Amino acid sequence: MKTQMVNELSGEVDVCALTDIIEDAGTAALVNDMQIALFYIKKLDQVLAISNYDPFSEANVLSRGIIGSLGEQLVVASPIYKQHFNLVTGQCVEDEKVSIAVYPTKIVQGRVVVMDPCA
Amino acid sequence: MSDKKKLVVIGNGMVGHKFLQSMVNNEALQDYEVTTFCEETRLAYDRVQLSSYFSGQSEEDLSLVEPGFFEKNNITVHVGDRASSIDREAKKVLSNNGQSIPYDKLVLATGSFPFVPPIPGHERENCFVYRTIDDLIDIKKAGEKSKVGVVIGGGLLGLEAAKALKDLGLKTHVVEFAPRLMAVQIDDGAGEVLRKKIEDLGVSVHTQKNTQAIVDGEQCLHRMNFADGTFIETDVILFSAGIRPRDDIARDCGLTLGERGGVVINDHCQTSDEDIYAIGECALWDGKIFGLVAPGYQMAQVVADQLSAKENSFTGADMSTKLKLMGVDVASIGDAHAVTENSKVYTYVNGSDEVYKKIVVSEDKKHLLGAVLIGDAVDYGNLLQMKLNDIALPEHPDSLILPQRDGSGSTGLGVEALPDTAQICSCYDVSKGALCQAVADGATTMAALKECTSATTGCGGCTALVGQVLNKELEKLGMDVNTDLCEHFAYTRQDLYNLIRVNEIKTFDEMLEKYGKGYGCDLCKPAIGSILASCWNDYVLEKPHVGLQDTNDRFLANIQKNGTYSVVPRIPGGEITPEKLIAIGEVAKKHQLYTKITGGQRVDLFGAKKEMLPVIWKELIDAGFETGHAYGKALRTVKSCVGSTWCRYGVDDSVTAAINLENRYKGLRAPHKIKFAVSGCTRECAEAQSKDVGVIATENGWNLYLCGNGGMKPRHADLFATDLDYETLVKYIDRFLMFYVKTADRLQRTSTWMMNLEGGVDYLRDVVIDDSLGLADTFEKEMQTVVDNYQCEWKTTVENEERSKSFKAFVNSDKGDSQIVFVPERGQLRPANKEEILAKLN
Ligand code: SRM
Ligand SMILES: Cc1cc2nc3c(=O)[nH]c(=O)nc-3n(C[C@H](O)[C@H](O)[C@H](O)COP(=O)(O)OP(=O)(O)OC[C@H]3O[C@@H](n4cnc5c(N)ncnc54)[C@H](O)[C@@H]3O)c2cc1C
Ligand code: SF4
Ligand code: FES
Repeated sequence: MKTQMVNELSGEVDVCALTDIIEDAGTAALVNDMQIALFYIKKLDQVLAISNYDPFSEANVLSRGIIGSLGEQLVVASPIYKQHFNLVTGQCVEDEKVSIAVYPTKIVQGRVVVMDPCA
Repeated sequence: MSDKKKLVVIGNGMVGHKFLQSMVNNEALQDYEVTTFCEETRLAYDRVQLSSYFSGQSEEDLSLVEPGFFEKNNITVHVGDRASSIDREAKKVLSNNGQSIPYDKLVLATGSFPFVPPIPGHERENCFVYRTIDDLIDIKKAGEKSKVGVVIGGGLLGLEAAKALKDLGLKTHVVEFAPRLMAVQIDDGAGEVLRKKIEDLGVSVHTQKNTQAIVDGEQCLHRMNFADGTFIETDVILFSAGIRPRDDIARDCGLTLGERGGVVINDHCQTSDEDIYAIGECALWDGKIFGLVAPGYQMAQVVADQLSAKENSFTGADMSTKLKLMGVDVASIGDAHAVTENSKVYTYVNGSDEVYKKIVVSEDKKHLLGAVLIGDAVDYGNLLQMKLNDIALPEHPDSLILPQRDGSGSTGLGVEALPDTAQICSCYDVSKGALCQAVADGATTMAALKECTSATTGCGGCTALVGQVLNKELEKLGMDVNTDLCEHFAYTRQDLYNLIRVNEIKTFDEMLEKYGKGYGCDLCKPAIGSILASCWNDYVLEKPHVGLQDTNDRFLANIQKNGTYSVVPRIPGGEITPEKLIAIGEVAKKHQLYTKITGGQRVDLFGAKKEMLPVIWKELIDAGFETGHAYGKALRTVKSCVGSTWCRYGVDDSVTAAINLENRYKGLRAPHKIKFAVSGCTRECAEAQSKDVGVIATENGWNLYLCGNGGMKPRHADLFATDLDYETLVKYIDRFLMFYVKTADRLQRTSTWMMNLEGGVDYLRDVVIDDSLGLADTFEKEMQTVVDNYQCEWKTTVENEERSKSFKAFVNSDKGDSQIVFVPERGQLRPANKEEILAKLN
């Protein structure tokens, strides 16, 4: 269920159950009115979160990109014009001047928790 | 005026024009003021490809003259004007239109004319020759009102002409005086096999027939009476009984001619007047007329070199040839009749496959002298090179023509063995060295190599060899060595396909674990996703597959610039009931979707937010629609014209055929999208010849065109097979599609796949029609599996609540994306632009 419990003290937001996210693919979430893209990387058993906003197409679509690796970097490819963004740093691979926000996350008892970007 | 020397060229045919081009290339042009007479109403065009005019090539396609050629090079051309006489005393050429042009040097390139035997009645209506575009226009016109056609003469050209008549929908006969077809090139044994092949095309063959008179017919316009008392009735007659040099203008001015015609030339291509040259089919060298274009091109080069003070001479030319007939491989090389003293002959005959091969070798069995290939001419290029370059034969020469049953591939020598000077393409005189240079200079695909060297664009006989040279060179340059799909898989798409098929791999993870590394990426994931779908046709949003799909496939809709999607229901063949049309309208109206008729004969609804897709589709499915796969690398549309049901010209029911084809292949996943069209007659209102698969109705069935393309680099489809019944049509398309799916690169449309296919359309015919790979059955079975496992992905999706939920905008909220803004325009909504969004937000 989509309970949104805000833990005011730690600035952490419980977003959803891990099972709500399709593994090795992206899912969009709304956290304090900000759109973020969550990716569950099965091999690492880790959720990575970045902004859902693609600065190239100016649309909120990054959660719909394909994820994978380029060399050592874990990346998502924008579904519109195909630029890659590093899932850990937010850096755009094709254009060093462009980077997007990333959010620390953790998995707590089967729930996905994102650090509140507004906290 | 200028003190430039004056050069006049009579005839702007293939060789005359080649000469002008050679002059331009030699930069000899600045020394001459050049005038050329062109008797035909069009400038030089590709006569070798003349028949393709019937299969859709336009005059422009055939033209050999680059736009602006004459203007740029300051050459005066008199089009539609015949040079009528030469005044050698005054050194002037006079023309029909009253031109009188002085010359210092004169070049005759007047070609030849088709010989018409003086049979009583030969000048009757609808009797034609087969030489110029005008001839073809007349033949086509007559063909439209006719039922039966006869070609007199069963040589290379006669057979080509017969095929053309057949393709025009006529019942066609070939009448030959000699006891066999292609009597000049091949022997009796081969003649028998060839006869069967030609008859398989639906052309009746009559040998040893001596036509005595052409008179009024009873059923048809004419009746041809033969010396043996038999006759044939026909509406159209084509004479193809050999060529005669056009030497009248040379005769009139007293130049030396051969006994049986032809302007006598020496090794410098000079006639008996040293200021007059003759080149091409009008010239007689060493008692021989060369009825092929390559020797003419050599002569053109020789004269251009003479005129720019370069040494060059004509030393004879090879007369090996290959018949340009679909489905009929016929080639003859060198001494095909084994007339060389003490020569030895090896023959291989396979009656059931209609293959005949013969080689003629020297007494010591060291050298190849000649060859005849019928039914399987794949080795033509190799054998020709062996002969031309005098390459030593293997110990057992017959191994060259015996089939390789152990799968070890072709016998031929590798292209490695050829010297750089070896002429690979004789039509355009392209040497191996020139090809290698072009590859080094960046022509690294078949298409590029074709474009910059012209190799393979004549008779096409050299295609396989050119492909081999290309591959070898790429390998050497270390260029194409990396055909890896991406950093995660060191395999080509084709390898991956085979691995998946053979090892029955069902998921990406399994594939990555066994054959890949890393995490995969946006190249290999969709590619492997597509192969998995082509092979097993699982639902693409099934858990292990969903992460592999591009957003379009993942949400079963096409993403638009603002992150919304479009919705395209399937409308097979473009046929739709009013009820369904209204249903689409209602869905669009309810959800405020921008509505547009597409270029693919259906309706596209734009502006659906991701979370709306399942609802919209539920309504469409309830109204009887299915997904149109507009998002998939899959069958898109089968366009149709209205056809014989309504159209007064239609000869078959193109709409029913289109609907059936669309329903058969819908859902087939492929390396790229696939489009079909079906036209009800040759007027071609469905534009089938620009599609991957084009079908055109004829009086006798369906003509199949393959590998056309609109889009960025348009390509005319190749006429692949003619007059098919519907079952055979489907069979061929099944095989073709599966072969493409199996072997194409990722994101390679059928057109580029074809351009890179070694052996081109002939090879494709071998595989699809003659089943040369022995895979036809497999292809058909595989296709049947795909057909049987078809499901409408949208139906599967909306029926499953879990799945529908995955379309939600946010995993943790029921809100939508508030940043998508629309504005009205012409009564509908469209995405707002940046300024409009800012204005709205403020
Ligand atoms: C909607 C439509 C234009 C229209 O308003 O009419 C269209 C729209 C798009 N075309 Fe197209 N094409 C449409 C007919 C065509 C045609 C005409 C035809 O099919 O008769 C062609 C040329 C014919 C051909 O393909 O050979 C055509 C050649 C292309 C190409 C170039 C392909 C090529 O081989 O060069 C692309 C780009 C690609 O596929 O890589 C393309 C790609 C696209 C994409 C998918 C671009 C994209 O990635 O966003 C467009 C989005 C479609 C959508 O959102 O639904 N579209 N496109 C037409 C949909 C037809 C349908 O009912 O499915
Ligand atoms: C259907 C067909 C298929 C063929 N296939 C092949 C093949 O596969 N391979 C191959 O090697 N060859 C093939 N050929 C033969 C090839 O086309 C000829 O060898 C080639 O065209 C010869 O070129 P040419 O310039 O000598 O003659 P042409 O191309 O005939 O040109 C001569 C031109 O001169 C013009 N002319 C003549 N007299 C005058 C005058 N007095 N004033 C002004 N103009 C004049 C003529 O109108 C003509 O346009 C084929 C020919 C045909 C018809
Ligand atoms: S032509 Fe270009 S802009 Fe128009 S629909 Fe096709 S892809 Fe889009
Ligand atoms: S040999 Fe005829 S096209 Fe190359």
